[in-house]
Amino acid sequence: MSRSETPATPAAIERATSGEYKYGFVTEIESDTVPPGLDADVVRLISARKNEPEWLLEWRLRALEGWERLAREQGEPRWANLRFPEIDFQAISYYSAPKLKPELESLDEVDPELRDAFDKLGISIEEQKRLSGVAVDAVFDSVSVATTFKDKLSEMGIIFGSFSDAVLNHPELVRKYLGSVVPPADNFYAALNSAVFSDGSFAYIPRGVRCPMELSTYFRINAANTGQFERTLLIADEGSYVSYLEGCTAPMRDENQLHAAVVELVALDDAQIKYSTIQNWYPGDKEGRGGIFNFVTKRGACRGRRSKISWTQVETGSAITWKYPSCILQGDDSVGEFYSVAVTNNLQQADTGTKMIHLGKNTRSTIISKGISAGRGQNTYRGQVMIQRRAENSRNYSQCDSLLIGDECGAHTFPYIDVRNTSSTLEHEASTTKIGEDQLFYLNQRGLSTEDASSMIVNGFCKEVFRELPMEFAVEAQKLLSVTLEGSVG
Amino acid sequence: MAGQPLLELRKLRARVEGKEILKGIDLRVEEGETHAVMGPNGSGKSTLANVIAGREGYELEGEILFRGRNLLELPIEERAREGVFMAFQYPVEIPGVTNSYFLKAALNAVRKHRGEQELDAIDFLGLVREQAKLLGIDASFLDRPLNEGFSGGEKKRNEVLQMAVLNPRLAILDETDSGLDIDALRIVAAGINARWRQDGAVVVITHYQRLLNFLVPDFTHVLIDGRIVRSGDRGLAEELEERGYGWLEDEAASGESSRP
Repeated sequence: MSRSETPATPAAIERATSGEYKYGFVTEIESDTVPPGLDADVVRLISARKNEPEWLLEWRLRALEGWERLAREQGEPRWANLRFPEIDFQAISYYSAPKLKPELESLDEVDPELRDAFDKLGISIEEQKRLSGVAVDAVFDSVSVATTFKDKLSEMGIIFGSFSDAVLNHPELVRKYLGSVVPPADNFYAALNSAVFSDGSFAYIPRGVRCPMELSTYFRINAANTGQFERTLLIADEGSYVSYLEGCTAPMRDENQLHAAVVELVALDDAQIKYSTIQNWYPGDKEGRGGIFNFVTKRGACRGRRSKISWTQVETGSAITWKYPSCILQGDDSVGEFYSVAVTNNLQQADTGTKMIHLGKNTRSTIISKGISAGRGQNTYRGQVMIQRRAENSRNYSQCDSLLIGDECGAHTFPYIDVRNTSSTLEHEASTTKIGEDQLFYLNQRGLSTEDASSMIVNGFCKEVFRELPMEFAVEAQKLLSVTLEGSVG
Repeated sequence: MAGQPLLELRKLRARVEGKEILKGIDLRVEEGETHAVMGPNGSGKSTLANVIAGREGYELEGEILFRGRNLLELPIEERAREGVFMAFQYPVEIPGVTNSYFLKAALNAVRKHRGEQELDAIDFLGLVREQAKLLGIDASFLDRPLNEGFSGGEKKRNEVLQMAVLNPRLAILDETDSGLDIDALRIVAAGINARWRQDGAVVVITHYQRLLNFLVPDFTHVLIDGRIVRSGDRGLAEELEERGYGWLEDEAASGESSRP
């Protein structure tokens, strides 16, 4: 950790020495970064640092080979409706131990714009401190809260923790399911992630267990330190249920511009997984400088009969969002759902949607996508519905709505539809609307300010998605949308 | 009546893209009065309502005084909170926002402006259900998205419900009778009459006289080609019903417009 950035105050020193524990890191601080570049040696080093078993190293190396082949033969994928400069993948450092951020003495030192956003989102002072790297009062020991939850979960046989822990403590589960939904060479970014992933979350819900709480509080605590290449694996065994919340409404800043995460979900017979995301990474400034490039591969396999996977996402951050949470409906009578709100403001670009691959009989899928474009933002829905020949009597309903705010933004829809039997039905509805002067005038005339009126219109537009979110998350999401779109109307 | 009028228009002119729609309107509305503004299509009736409410897109001259304040200096929502209400000719649909959620937000914006305590969900529901009942509106109406999928008549009744709940000082009803059948018209008019406050006023903008059978105006004004060409009492409205607007249009065209 660089001393020059940090005033050597007692609090800072204490933090520097106790910090690793607080966030549960086990890595040594002095050896925190490898030089830029990616080759087999770097992958070996990452694996060694994490004390990984041989099989995982080999898995990573195969992924690296796959990535190198994709890079050589096809290069970085450019089919999405996104414009961004070429990324020099050899200029990135692929391993850095979680660094302690420069210590701040008080919230007064935090960027006022960031604080403003925190206040509007109603985030508590203690949490604000934690998120912005201000030394936290010892009384507010978030880790101990998390530990309490973990004890309760483990009584029920639920395994929930970091991916690294799972590799060491439950290798049989990791080995069985890792890459079984998103194969290592699935796509360019997934292959990159598979080779170099840092850490992430792992959850296993045993047979017949209904997870008694949203797996959220714990995750929120970790959210501030998730790495650039995050890996998540969730397994719901037969007849189990879990609701998982990822992300946080608070604005997240990260010096790493490229993010490439992979999330794999597996639902066995009669199991249900509900996966909710709020993504609010740094979107760049108003001129489009900076901001995260977010290339995410999320996929769930409804492997068992009557299993169900439901994705709900609220995407408001990042300069570039490339993300298609998908469901493979293998089991007969399985159900896939995708509910999405994606917002692009200023110069943000999003190309997001889903894939519903129907393989089993009587499988059903629902897609509700709400794209909001403001400023000069570009918002693309891209979705594939594939109903295979064997997937008789299957159904899909898709609804893609776009809302435009102002006249410099864009909304685009690319549905890909492929139905290979005659007993299935598919419906696709799409609409594009503009926040009209008529709507604003009407609400203004009833006494509502333009800000409240536009927030009401936008939240109404997103209602079908928000109602899928757990209650507390939904309230936060509404506030987040208002903050994100602030100043774009009127 | 002594003191300032509730609403006073002075030499009000409105232009859209260089075209003059209102060509100098003078009008005084006192507390307790009901005025009818009638006229053929395209005469500027809706523009008059929109301009008072504050819709943007007009070049304006003249003054609109509401209880002595110049409304032209106030944004739309401030005018609304001061007590100006317009029932829209074409109420706007807001998908995903329930009628009651919207109306509670609107009412509390107005109450806050007046320095009154905001109503909580229970008190609000009590108030709005009572008003809905008076207007013959089913309670399920309140949980539907604002105007979305409403029939023409339902939208108009919803406008009157909003008016009843917000309890404004000045209500401008822009063609509220269109789309209503005779029974609905009677209920709506009764709702307005029953609810109406003594210190308030109603301006009914209409093409036809039929609403005026139920909502009896103290004054009738005829608007033709952006000017009030004649003002009178309720008898004028009846005369228009019999004779149409032709004779007044002819007079206006020959430049002999008269004013009492």
